[in-house]
Amino acid sequence: MENKPIMKVENLTKVFTSGIIAGEKTVAVKDVTFNMNQGEVISLIGESGSGKTTIGRIILKLLKPTEGKLIYNGQDITHINSRHEKKDYYKKVQAIFQDPFSSFNPLFRIDRIFNMVFASFMKGVKNRRELIEQSLESVNLNPQRILNKFPHQLSGGQLQRLLIARALLLNVDILIADELISMLDASTRIGVLNLLVELCKKNGMTVLFITHDLNLGYYISDTTLIMYKGRLVERGDTEKIYKNPVHPYTKMLFESIPEIGNKWDKEETFLPETVIQDVKTFYRENEGEGFKEVEANHKVLFSE
Amino acid sequence: MAENVLEIKDLKAYYKILKGDVKALDGVTFNLKRGEILGIAGESGCGKSTLASTLILRKPPLTYISGEAKLLGTDIMKISEKAFKKMRLKNISVIPQYALDAFSPTKRIRIFLSDLVKEHGIRPNRKFFQKVEERLEMINLEPSVLDRYSIELSGGMKQRMIMIISTILDPDFIIADEITSALDVSSQRFVANMLVKLRDEGITGSVIFITHDLSILYQIAERIMIMYAGQFAEIGPTDEIVSNPRHPYTKALIASLPQVGVQYKDNKLAGIKGTPPHLLNIGEGCRFRFRCPYKTDKCEQTPQREQVGDHHFCSCWHWKEIGTQTETSGGELDGK
Repeated sequence: MENKPIMKVENLTKVFTSGIIAGEKTVAVKDVTFNMNQGEVISLIGESGSGKTTIGRIILKLLKPTEGKLIYNGQDITHINSRHEKKDYYKKVQAIFQDPFSSFNPLFRIDRIFNMVFASFMKGVKNRRELIEQSLESVNLNPQRILNKFPHQLSGGQLQRLLIARALLLNVDILIADELISMLDASTRIGVLNLLVELCKKNGMTVLFITHDLNLGYYISDTTLIMYKGRLVERGDTEKIYKNPVHPYTKMLFESIPEIGNKWDKEETFLPETVIQDVKTFYRENEGEGFKEVEANHKVLFSE
Repeated sequence: MAENVLEIKDLKAYYKILKGDVKALDGVTFNLKRGEILGIAGESGCGKSTLASTLILRKPPLTYISGEAKLLGTDIMKISEKAFKKMRLKNISVIPQYALDAFSPTKRIRIFLSDLVKEHGIRPNRKFFQKVEERLEMINLEPSVLDRYSIELSGGMKQRMIMIISTILDPDFIIADEITSALDVSSQRFVANMLVKLRDEGITGSVIFITHDLSILYQIAERIMIMYAGQFAEIGPTDEIVSNPRHPYTKALIASLPQVGVQYKDNKLAGIKGTPPHLLNIGEGCRFRFRCPYKTDKCEQTPQREQVGDHHFCSCWHWKEIGTQTETSGGELDGK
C-alpha cells in the first residue's frame, strides 16, 4: 500500500519561449522523473528559478509540458484537455499557494466559499453543512466562529488552515503545497505544518511540499527532491540525502543553512557564483555517468 | 571600554490614525556599542521595522511620542529634518529590504550613485570611483556593473550592490532591515558574512540587523534583542539568548524553529497558539499574556525591564521561573 505510486512524473521537460517570431528559449525544467507514493510527504527543494514551481504547475495542469508524461493512477493524463476531464482531475488533485490573503474572494464570506466547492465539484451532496464543519474541525478551527466571517477578518494562519480544510473537503489524493508557510511567522507556521502532516498520514493523502527552506523540508518529508537550474540533481529518502549529500550543489546548500548551535566557518570565503563552477567540474569529472544510484533510494545526477 | 554609538531610552512611536493610536513601538530601551552587531528579531508586527523607520524617517501617520534616541550624543528625535539629512549616509545609514526597488530603473548605476553622493556634498570624481571599485571587489562584482542598469543584475547582486552604496560614506551606524529575507540561502550567507566583513574592516561602525530569522542572527550578531507586539521582550548576548532565554516568548520562538536533524516523526515541534494582539489603542499589561503559559494576574501590569544576567535584560514578571532548567524542547508551551 505504502509504496504504490499514485503519480508518476516521467522525463518532464518544459521550455518557455519568449518573443513571437524568433523566440528566446528558456529551459525551466529538464528531464525530471520521480514517483509520488500514496501517503507520502515529498519535499521539492530549490532556489528561485530552479523550476520547482513550474513542476507544481505542470502537475496541476496549469502548464503543458514540452516533453514527458504524467501518469496518475495508471492513466496517462498528460494530454487531457476537456473541461470535463480536468474537473474530474481537480477533484483529486488540489493545491495551496503561498499567499493565503489572495487565495480567497474578499467579497464572499467563508461559508459561501465552502459552498462553492460543492457547487463546482460535488453537486449531489446533501449534508453539506455537516461535511464543512467536519473539515473545519479537523484543522482546529471553530465553525461557528469562522463561517460567517470575511477573509480579511481572519489571520494568515487561520486562512492557511482554511485552505487545507477546503482541500480536505474534496478528499483529495494529491495536495501540492507551494511555499505554503513562507508568509507565516515562525510561531504559527509549525502549527500549520504539523496539521498538514497529521492529516496526510491519517487520510493517506500525498503532499508535494515545494519550499526553499531545507530545515522545514527535513522536518516534514519522507522523500526529498533537490532541483538546480531545472535539473533534478538529487532524489531519495530524506534522511539519506541529509546525512550524505553527494552533488556539489546539495552540499553547498547544507553548508549555508543558518542553524542555531552551529556557526558558519568565518575563515571560509564563500561566493555563491563559484557553485556553478563546482557543478561544471563535477559533471566533467563524472562524464557519462548520468543519473545514478549511490545507495538504495538515493540517486544523484553525476553528469548532464 | 567601548562607547555607545546609539542610546535609546524608553522610545515610543505610534501610528496616529483616525481610529486612535496604533502602539507599534512602546517603550524600547537599549544601547549600541561602537563596532557591535545587534540583531533585532520578532514576528511581523512586533515593531522591529517601526523602530528602523522611527530612527531614519518618520512619515505620518508614524509619530514620535516620547523617549530619547541619542546618536553620537545628539538626540535625533529632537533635531530638524535638515540637520538630520546631513547625518544620513555619513553617520546613520540604512540598507533597505527591497533592494530590488531601491535603484532608479532609468539610470545607470554609476549615474545613480553620483547623484546620491552629490546630495551629500561629495564630488563623484575618479578618486571616489576608485574607492567604489575597491568595494566592488570585496563583494565579488566587476567594475563594469556600474555601467549597467539595475534590471540587468540578479536579486543577490542587487542586494550586494545596495550594501556597497549604503555604506559608501563609511557610516558610524547602519540599519539593515530584512536584507537577507528575499534571497536564496547561498546569497543569504554571502550577504550576512559581508555585513560582518564591512564591520571588521572598519568601513561601517555599529550595525542593527533586523530580521525575523533567528538562525541568521545566531550566525552574525553579538547581541540579540527580541521584540513582541511593540514591546521590548529581551536583550542579551547571542549565546545567552539562544541557550538560556528568560522571556516565555523567546523560549517559544526558539523551540518552534526546525533544525536539521529534527524530523516530524521523531520530535514534534511546538508552535505558539494564538496570534499577536491588535495594537490599536491597546491598554496596559504584558502583550504576550494572551498566549503565555506562565500568565498570572500580575501580567495585567506592564512588566519592568530587569537585569537577569550579565548584559542580559528581560521584561517579564515571571523570568525567574523560566529557563532555570535547560531543556531544549518547548513542549509545555503547546497549551491545550
